[in-house]
Formats: sequence, C-alpha cells, structure tokens
Amino acid sequence: MPGFRLEQGGLIDRSTPLNFRFDGKSMSGFAGDTLASALLANGVQLMGRSFKYHRPRGVYGSGSEEPNALMTLGRGQEEESNLRATMVDLYDGLDARSQNAWPSLNLDLLSANSMISAFLPAGFYYKIFLGSANFWLLPEYFIRRAAGLGYPNALDNEDDFQHHYQHCDVLVAGGGTSGLAAALAAARSGASVVIVDEHARLGGQGLWRNAEERVFVDAALSELEANPKIKVLTRTTAWGHYDDNMVACIQIEGDPGAPLAPHQPRARAWHMRAQRVIYATGAIERPLVFANNDRPGVMLAHAAGSFASKFGVLIGKRILLATNNDDSYAHASILAQAGAEVTLLDARSAVSAALTAQAKAAQVDLRLGQTVLAAKAGKAGPSAAEIGALDGKSSSLIDCDAIASSGGWSPSIHLHSHTGGKAEWRDDLQAFVAGKRLQEGVTVGAAAGLFGAQDALASGWQQGLAAAQDLGHHQASGEAPRLELAEAPTTTIMPLWSCPKPKILKGKAFVDFQNDASASDVAMANQEGYRSVEHLKRYTTLGMGTDQGKTSNINGHALLAEAQGRAIAEVGTTTFRPPYSPVTLGAFGGPHTGMAFAPIRRTPMQALHAAAGASFVEAGLWYRAEWYSRPGEDMWASIKREALNVRQAVGMCDVSTLGKIDVQGPDAQEFIQRLYCNGMKTLPVGKVRYGLMLRDDGMVFDDGTVARLADQHYYMTTTTAKAAAVLAHMEYHLDVVWPDLKVRVASITDQWAGMSIAGPRSREMLQAALPGLDLSNEGLPFMGFLDTELNGLPIRLLRISFSGELAYEVHTPSRFGPQVWQVLEQVGQDFGLMAYGTEALGALRIEKGHVAGGELDGRTTPADMGLGKMVAKKKDFIGRLGLMREGLSRDDRPRLVGLMPADGRSKFVAGSQLTEAKSVGGFGQITKSLGWVSSAHFSVEHGCTIALGFVENGDRRHGETLYAASPLDGLHVPVTLVSPHMIDPQGERQHG
Amino acid sequence: MQRYSIWSLARNAMTGHKNWQAAWRHPEPKPAYDVIIVGGGGHGLATAYYLAKEHGITNVAVIEKGYLGGGNTGRNTTIVRSNYMHDENAHFYEHGLKLWHDLTKDLNYNVMFSPRGVLNLLHSDADRDAAKRRGNAMRLNGIDSEYWDLATIAKKLPDLNVSKDARYPVKGGLMQKRAGTARHDAVAWGYARAADARGVDIIQQCEVTGMIQDGNRIVGVETTRGPIRAGKVGIAVAGHTTQLLNMAGLTAPIESHVLQAMVSEAIKPTLDYVVTSGAAHLYVSQSDKGGLVFGGDLEFYNSFSQRGGTRTLEHVTAAMISLFPRYAKLRLLRHWGGIMDMSMDGSPIISKTPRDGLFLNGGWCYGGFKATPASGWCFAHTIATGEPHPLNAGFTLDRFERGYAIDERGAGPVPKAH
Amino acid sequence: MMLIPCPWCGPRAESEFTYIGDARRQRPDTSALEVSPEALQAHSDYVYLRDNPKGWHQEYWQHSSGCRAHLKVERNVVDHRIRASVKADEALPSFPEGR
Repeated sequence: MPGFRLEQGGLIDRSTPLNFRFDGKSMSGFAGDTLASALLANGVQLMGRSFKYHRPRGVYGSGSEEPNALMTLGRGQEEESNLRATMVDLYDGLDARSQNAWPSLNLDLLSANSMISAFLPAGFYYKIFLGSANFWLLPEYFIRRAAGLGYPNALDNEDDFQHHYQHCDVLVAGGGTSGLAAALAAARSGASVVIVDEHARLGGQGLWRNAEERVFVDAALSELEANPKIKVLTRTTAWGHYDDNMVACIQIEGDPGAPLAPHQPRARAWHMRAQRVIYATGAIERPLVFANNDRPGVMLAHAAGSFASKFGVLIGKRILLATNNDDSYAHASILAQAGAEVTLLDARSAVSAALTAQAKAAQVDLRLGQTVLAAKAGKAGPSAAEIGALDGKSSSLIDCDAIASSGGWSPSIHLHSHTGGKAEWRDDLQAFVAGKRLQEGVTVGAAAGLFGAQDALASGWQQGLAAAQDLGHHQASGEAPRLELAEAPTTTIMPLWSCPKPKILKGKAFVDFQNDASASDVAMANQEGYRSVEHLKRYTTLGMGTDQGKTSNINGHALLAEAQGRAIAEVGTTTFRPPYSPVTLGAFGGPHTGMAFAPIRRTPMQALHAAAGASFVEAGLWYRAEWYSRPGEDMWASIKREALNVRQAVGMCDVSTLGKIDVQGPDAQEFIQRLYCNGMKTLPVGKVRYGLMLRDDGMVFDDGTVARLADQHYYMTTTTAKAAAVLAHMEYHLDVVWPDLKVRVASITDQWAGMSIAGPRSREMLQAALPGLDLSNEGLPFMGFLDTELNGLPIRLLRISFSGELAYEVHTPSRFGPQVWQVLEQVGQDFGLMAYGTEALGALRIEKGHVAGGELDGRTTPADMGLGKMVAKKKDFIGRLGLMREGLSRDDRPRLVGLMPADGRSKFVAGSQLTEAKSVGGFGQITKSLGWVSSAHFSVEHGCTIALGFVENGDRRHGETLYAASPLDGLHVPVTLVSPHMIDPQGERQHG
Repeated sequence: MQRYSIWSLARNAMTGHKNWQAAWRHPEPKPAYDVIIVGGGGHGLATAYYLAKEHGITNVAVIEKGYLGGGNTGRNTTIVRSNYMHDENAHFYEHGLKLWHDLTKDLNYNVMFSPRGVLNLLHSDADRDAAKRRGNAMRLNGIDSEYWDLATIAKKLPDLNVSKDARYPVKGGLMQKRAGTARHDAVAWGYARAADARGVDIIQQCEVTGMIQDGNRIVGVETTRGPIRAGKVGIAVAGHTTQLLNMAGLTAPIESHVLQAMVSEAIKPTLDYVVTSGAAHLYVSQSDKGGLVFGGDLEFYNSFSQRGGTRTLEHVTAAMISLFPRYAKLRLLRHWGGIMDMSMDGSPIISKTPRDGLFLNGGWCYGGFKATPASGWCFAHTIATGEPHPLNAGFTLDRFERGYAIDERGAGPVPKAH
Repeated sequence: MMLIPCPWCGPRAESEFTYIGDARRQRPDTSALEVSPEALQAHSDYVYLRDNPKGWHQEYWQHSSGCRAHLKVERNVVDHRIRASVKADEALPSFPEGR
C-alpha cells in the first residue's frame, strides 16, 4: 500500500485543507504540506522519470537534495519547470505536471531505453556513430529530444527580480538547531546577525526530531523575532560563498507557478557581505546502493521519518529500513510509533545496547548483520525485498510496501568549498568535513560532522560567541541555552558502499538517480581507465544532474576507491561548484535586464529631435538621430535631402555625444604634447587643432580636436565611441606614468551640448544669429574659436569642419542646448537650414575623406590613413617607439583610398573585400584579398555609392580598378581607386 | 587499440561490459623520451597524437600535473568555429575545422562534433559593417559564411527577442553553418586513447618543477616523479604558460585571467544554434544534455583561481535574459572558471623559443578549445621539423616586438580585451 | 566580488573599480629623440611582456566609479586576498616571505 495520511501528527494545519492538481488529477492536502508530502498522502508514488532510461521514480529525499521528484508548475507566464516537489510549499490551486515522459508519466514510451540499457552503459555514445561530423547530426537530433527535463517557458518573462545588498557582522547559513544557537550567541553578544534558511520556516530537523529539541527551537524562534539585531530570511538559500566573505543568497518570493501579488518580485538576489560566516548547513543523507534502489517507494531513511513526523504521512504499512549507522534508529522508531511494521536491517553485526533497546521499545524488528540486496518493485512501489547477510551467501525475500535506506550522512561543506577551502576525510564519520579554510567561515552542527542535537547546539553557540568576540563584541550575558536529551544520540557508522549482489531478484543498483549512473557504470569507468574522480563524473555523468550529486557523489567516489583498492581520502572528491542548489537566472539579472541592461544616454536636444521625426541609432550608449523623416519621405529620401542641403545651403547636426575633456594645469601643454602624435606645442590660445592620438604600440587610438582656451587650459574633444577610454588613458598616464606632471583632467561630455552648423550658407546664418560678431576669415579664421553669447546664452563657437564645407560647431552648457538649438533653427529658416542626422553626416565625411570608426579600427597607423605627415619628428609622444617597429613602419601596408564604382552607378557596401579576381572562388578556394571597404555611403555630390577603404600600397594606385567583393550580399562590383578626398581636395570650401 | 563500433558495443553488452580495455595506460615515466609535451590537455594530447601519426615520432611522453583533460579542455563552452578575419587566424582555424569534421572517425571516438551553426548577432550598422568585412574575408579565404537577415533569424530563433525596441535590437547576423560545438571531455579522451595506442606515454599526476638546461638547450624536465630527459620539450599548459617559461628563464607576452562558464538545468531542446552577441558580451548554446551553456566577459584581473565572481555572472546572465527573455525562469546549475592564457593581441603562439629544444604553444585566450586539432597538428609539425608550418608561421613569439601582432579585435596590447 | 580598499574612499566593492594591471611594470623613459635598438627593445618589453606571477601580485586599479584615482594593490592572484593598498605614487609595504 502506498503512502497515506496519518490520523494525527505532523506540523501541518489540518484545519486548512488545500486543493491542488497533479497531471490533471484533483487532490487535496493541508497547509504546511510540501507538494511531495501531499502527493504521498494522496497515494502518489510515481512522480517522475529519470533522465536516461526513463525509469519510474518517486520522491527520494526531503529537501534540496531531491533527485527524482522534479515537476513543472503553473501555466502561461507562471510556468516553471524542474521544481523539486520537496521544496515547494503546497498552496491552494497548485497545478503540477510531471516531466520527461511521453505520452504520460505512467506510460512513457522512452522507458524502452530501460529495456535496452545493457546497450547504453556509461559513455556508450562515445563508442558509436563514428562517422564524419554530419553523420552525427541525425542521432544527435534524437538524443537531444530524449534528453532534457522540463520545457522552458514559451513566453517572454514579465516577472520582476530584485537585487539587495546587506552587510552584517555574522551571517548564519541554515536555521536548524546549530544555526539558531549560533545566531542567538552572536546577537546576544551584540553582533548584527542575518540568518537564512532555504525552507519556509526555521528549525530544520529540530522541528520534529525530538520533543526536547523542539522546545529549544521554539524558544530560539521567539527570541530571534524579538531581537532587532537579527534579520531572518526564509525560503532563502545561501548558494555561493565568494571573495571577501560575500555570500550570495536567493530568496524565493511568492509561490512557484502562482501569480505574484502586485509589485512582488519572483525572487530577490541578496549580496550579503558578512564579517564572519557560520555554515549551519546541515548534512545530506546517502542511500545504500542496492538493486532497484531507485524505484518509487524507496527513499532515504530520514525522508521517511520526516514525512511521518513533519507531515503526518506514512510512506507504507510494512517498511523495510536498511542502514549502516545509528541515526536510522530514530527514524525507525518514528515510523513504528506512527503505526508501521518496521524491519530494521543494520549491516553491523553488533550495536550498542542502547540502540537495541530503542528498537525494542519501538517494536522495531531489528536484524543485525543484514542488509537489503534488491527491491522487488515496479511503478507502484515495492512489494518485497531481497535481504541477506553482507557476505552475500544467502538471501531471502521479505514482504514490504516501502523501503528506506541510509548509508550515512555527508556534511554540507559546499560554501566552504566554494572559497577554495579543502575537504578532509574522517574515517569515524565516513564523511568529508571542512578542512583548511581560506575565508572567515566556520562549520557548525551537522555540517561539521556533529550529528547529535546536543553537540550541534553547543557548536553553534560556541562559534556564534567566538565570531562576535572576534569582532570585538563582549561576551554574551545570560545562560547558554541547554539541551538535555533523555538519551544522547550516538553517531557510529560502518562503511557500506555497495550491498551484495542479489541472487533472487535482478536489477541495476543506482548511485546517481537523476542521471541513471549505476554501480556497474562506476566499475566500468574505472576498468576503462577513467580513474580520477573528475573522469568518473564526466564519463558517467555522475553528480551532473540538477541535484549536483548531493546524494550520489560520495557513494560514487567510494565505489571508485573500492574498485582501485585505495582509500577514499586518497581518491578525493570533486570540487563543489556554486550554486549550492539551482538558482533562477532572472535573479542574477535582477532589474538590469531588457532596456535596463545597459544605460542609455540622451543628448539635451533629444526631445527636439524626436519631435522633428528623427529615427535613433545607438552609438556607444548614446541614442543619436540618424535622419529626420518628413511626410512622404522614405529613409533614403530623408538622408539624401539632408546631405544635399548641407552641400547647397546649411544643415545642423547634434554633436553633443562627442567626448569632451577639460585639461588644466601648469604642465597641460607638455601633457597634450605627449598625448598626441602631431605637434601641439605651437597651438596658440584661441585656436583649435586636429589631433591624432596613438596607443603605446603605435596604432591610432582616437582623433579629435584640441582648443587652447588659455595658457594652461585646453578643451579637447574625442570621438563618441572612445570618450571614456581616452579619459581613462589620460588619467592613467597622469596618475601612474607621469605623476610629476601638474595637470588635472575632467570629463565634461555631459556638461556641454554641441551642434555642428555646416554648409555654404553657415557663415551668413551665424552672422544673422550673432550680428555683433565679425565672422569673416579675419574675425574667425578656419580652426579658430571664440567664446560669446547667443541671445544671452553662453556659447563657444569653433570653426571646424567634418563635412568639408564651411562649418562651425556651437558648444553650450548642456542646460542651454535645447534653447540654443531652437534659436539657431529659428534664425536658420531664412537660410534653408535643415537638421541632419548621423547618416547624412557619414555620407558627407566619406566624401571629404575624413576618417571615423570604420577606419579607426585599432589596427591602423597614421600613415595608413594618409596622415603620416602629421606625425611629429621632433618630440616624444605616446606610441612613437611602437610606430618605429618594422611591422608598422614598412611601406607596403594597406593605405586609405577613395573608392567609386567604375561604371559610375553600381552599389557596393562597407565590409566588402577588395580583390583583383573577377569572381570569388567557392568553398575551399582562396581568393586573394588586397584590402577592404571600411565605410561606404551614397554620395549626393557624385550621385552614386562612394567609399573609403584600405588597399596595399593604395596611395600609389589611384586610377586602378579592383573589385569590391561582398559574396555575403552577392555583390562583385568593379571600383576605381581614387584619392580619399572625393570632394574639394584643396579644401577651398572649408577655408572659404 | 580495441576498436569501438556499434558491433563492439553489442558484443560487450552480451558479456556485461566486462571486457572493455582501458582507454589508455597509466605508465611509469621512462628516463628519457624523444619529445616531452608538458600539459595533458587537449592541445598537448593532440600534439602527441599528431607527432606519432604525421611524423612517426612515438617515443613521446605527455606529462600532466593533474588528470588528463582537467584544465580548460574540460571547462569551456565547447564552441568550435573558424570565423576569423585575419588570414593567419582564418587559415589556421579553417584547417582545424576540417580536422574537426573528421575527428570522430580519425580517433575512433565520438567527440560529438555537432556542426549546428554559429550565429554572431549584429545590433548596429557598425556591427554589421565589421561583421561583413570579416564574413567577406572568410569567403575569400574559402570558408563558409553567410549573412542572415532579421526575418531569417526571427524564424530560426523563436526564443530570441527580435523587437525593434529591444535594448540591443537585432539587425542581422553572420552565420557559419559548419561551425558548432563538440563534447569537450571526449576530445581529450579521444586524443589520449589514440595517442596511447600509437605508443605515447601519458603520465598523469606528475608535475613539472623545472627545466633541465645544457647551455642554451633544454634537454629535459624535473618532475615530482624525478627527472626525465628529452630531445625536445613542448609546452602546452594554457594558464600556466608563464610559470613553465619562467623555469627556462623566459618571460611571455601573456597574462592569466579567469573566464567563467555557466550552465543551466537541463531543459528540452529550445536553442538549435550557437548564438553570440558582441555588443551584449554573450555566447550561448544548448548542450546535448539540455543545459544552456553560456559565458561572456573575462573577470578582467589576473587570477589563477579557477572560479568566477558574481559581478560577471550577473552581467552575463543579464545579457542572456535581455536577448532571450523567456530564459529568466530557468535556473543556473553550475558556474566555474578556467585560467586563460591571454596574449597581448588575442592570437595564439605556436613557436620556437629563445631556448634550443624548447617549443611553446600558448596564448589561446578564450579560444583554445576550437583550436585543439589545428594547434596539435601545427605544434607537432613545429616540434618535429624545428620550423613552423605555413599555417602557424605568423604565430611566433617575436611578432610582438617586430610589430606583427595579429590583432583580431583591434583592442591593442592589452591582455584583457580580446 | 572582492572588497577593495581604496586609499581615498575606504573599502568598496570590486564592481566600482577597473583593473589596470601589473604595477611593477615601469614605462621606460622615451624622451630621447634618438632611439637605440636597446631602447626600442625595452619599450617593446614594457608594452608586451608580463611577469604574471602565480602568487602575490602588485597591480593598479582605478576607482573608476568612485573617486577615479588609481591605486596600487597587492593581491594574491590564487585566492584573491588583498594585503595592502596604497595611492598610485606610494610604495607598497614590504611583507616577510610566506605571509
């Protein structure tokens, strides 16, 4: 008979019944149930299917170690898969579905895998499908579909996730008896304490293990509540311990699969920075390894005990419990007292009198020197078990309807291990405990191998006090809490890693349930040379499931050690990787996803552009206006109109995104001089100069302009993309390389708005806007600037040109940007002023042969861009020596050229490669490339595509024809190499 | 070597799998070898295999301080591709991709190389222009590459957010269909088994502690299991390249940084391609087991810790959720770190060194896994002949001082930005 | 997430900082206009070569999301412990071996 609800007992609230569904079937449970306990109470044994063989599986554990009972909850937006039924608190309306089974959990066609499991041992896939790669794609298709557990949600996530930051003196991970004692001790000493627990309520096993412990837990809980120095977080898992005692926790809000309350996040990621961390993380029980130990109705001993004590659910009427350690006697007693017939098989031939008496008192049928060899079980739970002595010589069948087993307990030292702390084997416990530590974290209670409640409490208390004292707090006043159990539990254990082979029954003995790694897989891996624990893990997939080997790793490693005739300590254990248990990805993203993933920068004039019909494009976090649509125009019509208007009348473009850096100090001139590769020393106050900046390796880093505002004061601009990098470059050289230079730099990008006024009528227009000013070539020559006012608004007027036209830039403090823009727009009406976007800007600068992002790609020298003559010969500057190296100074590097279609009209694209070949060869054939097209655009001046590109010796090849090949677009266009200055090569316009 | 096949599997199934031979021996080191390869990861094992197979040099030892394949070979996100722009890298990785396509057959071990396609998402015009330059360069180099427009991407990747209003709107993508993923451990194991079968000694749990030097020549190594002499010594130790070179009195243009990898719980198939986004710093694929395997930026500081921090973990995950919003309620199963030997131009080194008899294979940055076959093949050639093969002629140690850095990203001489 | 002591601002989360790199690297003086092969080599070594020790590492960080000052930190690159941090132009204290 499968599990059922007891008449009484448990921590459930029987006055609050809850309805839920499992695979469409209506069921009911009580408040305080987990989904697992409620299913058991409804007689459900079969809860899932395993990963590989699709074997039927039932619940195995009681908490986050659960390998089998994984389910999908909720529908639509709320749907969430791979939830462990043991960790889901029951709620009214819960809708759970089984996973990894088709067509149904009961009749899963892929369970056929189980029948051919002899052909599917560990690593079978490495030995077959040994053809070429494309041959693998077919079997892989089917393997992929058979693998996986639940389905991902098919809807884009709409739930919120939050990030929280918390500092405290002492963080206690785990709210069982030892954790509670530690929290009390630290808090009573005056330390600030945070205690977290993955379950909905604190107390751990102390809630149900025995009455005396429960008294302590209740008293502790009320003290925690009353003490404002303690913060309690439940449903919160401390999943990772990182550098400098940062412990990452996730707190689950709301119920998985259920809608959230308004403004409620799905989960919170807590970043806890603690002075001291106390790991009260408990221990995880290991199963015995016997045939069919994976069947529904077979589970861990403590799980059977906890279902009875905590939830009032008995897993069967005739329960067989097999063990190798003392702890199981308590669970056997609990089960017997709840009304089950319990047979306890203890593999040890002799145990203490106290244990024998305990078993007898509880009317447990204790059989020493015996263990379970196999379960006789299908989908619906066991009907019998084969039991026998350890020598495996004789065996017999015994009737039972549930089987529990315990192979001992493994302390949870995951967090300790995350920080690089070592694991140490202890023979007396048959377990790894925390060894050498690297961070301020200590284990207490079961996590420290102290499995008895008294010891656990004492260790928690002591470490809580120690942590507080260590931080300078005083000794806690008042009595230490005491726990006096009628009989102190003992914790002896005998190693038993695999039960003898059954003689009557047959079946695989599993080590890792979720991934179907069996004892024979471990043996086979070892036989085949996969001898390291890491090889074992990777070859058999043992410990690679969602439970991360919580119940299986130690068993697997012990079996490997046995097979090699070595000690477990020698074989070692695999590294624990965070997270302790799986963490919802959304919690990592927190609020920093979607539009908030990266900041968006907007210029002061953004709203004006939007109102004028601009489309925006991101450029280094900035959203820049690409073009301004007018009614009836398509994109290209807008761009062409804007570009043409600059060439014919006057246009205005928002250039606020350019990096702007203020440089001041007695050594500012010297610093600027070292920063740029061209001469800057002679730049007089009141003038602007174009500058080229190199990296130390000699490649061009950035370009921009430098205005000398005063003797010791410069105003620099950088490209939009490199603004932050250039500032950091300057700061580094001032702080680290030349700390003797007396210079300060500050980014003023955000403080200044800028607009470019370009076109043959720009002077007329600005003259109209600034009637009192002399804007003639004498008053404001090319590369001059002046500070003045426009309608009472302060502006800096610089005569510089990117488009090649007569042009100016108007800079103004950001808060005046929109006003200045509007004033100029107003004045400009009489001169045909139009706003233009980055597309037209790009087209214009290509026509002029000015380099930008496509050319400044970090792999070009000044000479590559035809700017070799700018490089100063008579000064030192960053990159000078780098530039002297053979690879950068040789003459045959690709050089900047202008490119035009040979036929005067064919379109070609940026990213094309330049070749002499009439066509590009097919797959496997090499076509020599001579260069590439770095930027291309439609030219209003020439009425066709024009481009900039780089060609080996390009500066000496003007007039030659090559092909711009873009096989990606199916284009192969003959192009003529020309001077990069495709308009006004003498610069008459900008100087005009 | 016991051949693997569907028949051998069936035969062994009948006998309870009791007759499988060990995939490799666990030999004691001999006093001397013709060639010693330091480092039993994919690159070292592949080098030994190709030394034996291509050059007939079988008196070879691979010396590994831990267990074979236990370094970056077993820690990476398993992406295999040859979508490089510069000729040096393109030809090298494409040679590797061809080896990948036949590797399972060649090694008689299923490395599960799955040419499922690698898609680089492009989010801006600048992205697109740079990607086209690279894709066209690939095509001119005879490598497959195609441009996918938004409509195609939306159809092939239903999980991807293709909204025009996304933070990183998708404008298009560069697809290499012959690229994909492979089972990383199997690569190490397959090479180990095949090298062992040709007589190579793979010596695990043996740490090299020094170089035995005679004048300017390296003639062997000191190890935790005693000195071992060698005609030639090759270093293939990824993150510990500097430490090994130091033993020979050399310094390298390399820094060691941690790169994280993350894997989610297994789910049913939902992502058919390897997807990368340069702007959002993300690459993600779904393994055959069903986990989403993803990663992004380096930790950006020198580290030998083999573990990552939450800063990058959160940033990379946020990037994935931003591009694939429906993955938000999946769960992270594990994350870990590997130690990357970051070179100063983002390209590798397969080269002679200033010491006679000492050869270096390193500087793999993020990209060592996919290079495994080509790296082993070229390193074997370099060691066997004493001169680089044309495929790795550019990957010299002296290219930096001569000004011939192979700067695939244009990031300059920084070890952290490639 | 390391906690980095900024000499100006106090301990701050790693996410506020930008890693710069090896602080024992000294940029050679390049001010002499005549460049010898040795000077060229020294400069190239400065640009490209790194000691990359596995252990204590002196390194620059910039408190880029804070005061923007550069600081010199001595950090163990194996376990990420920081044992000293000073302003960029100050000398790190010396430590006995093995600490």
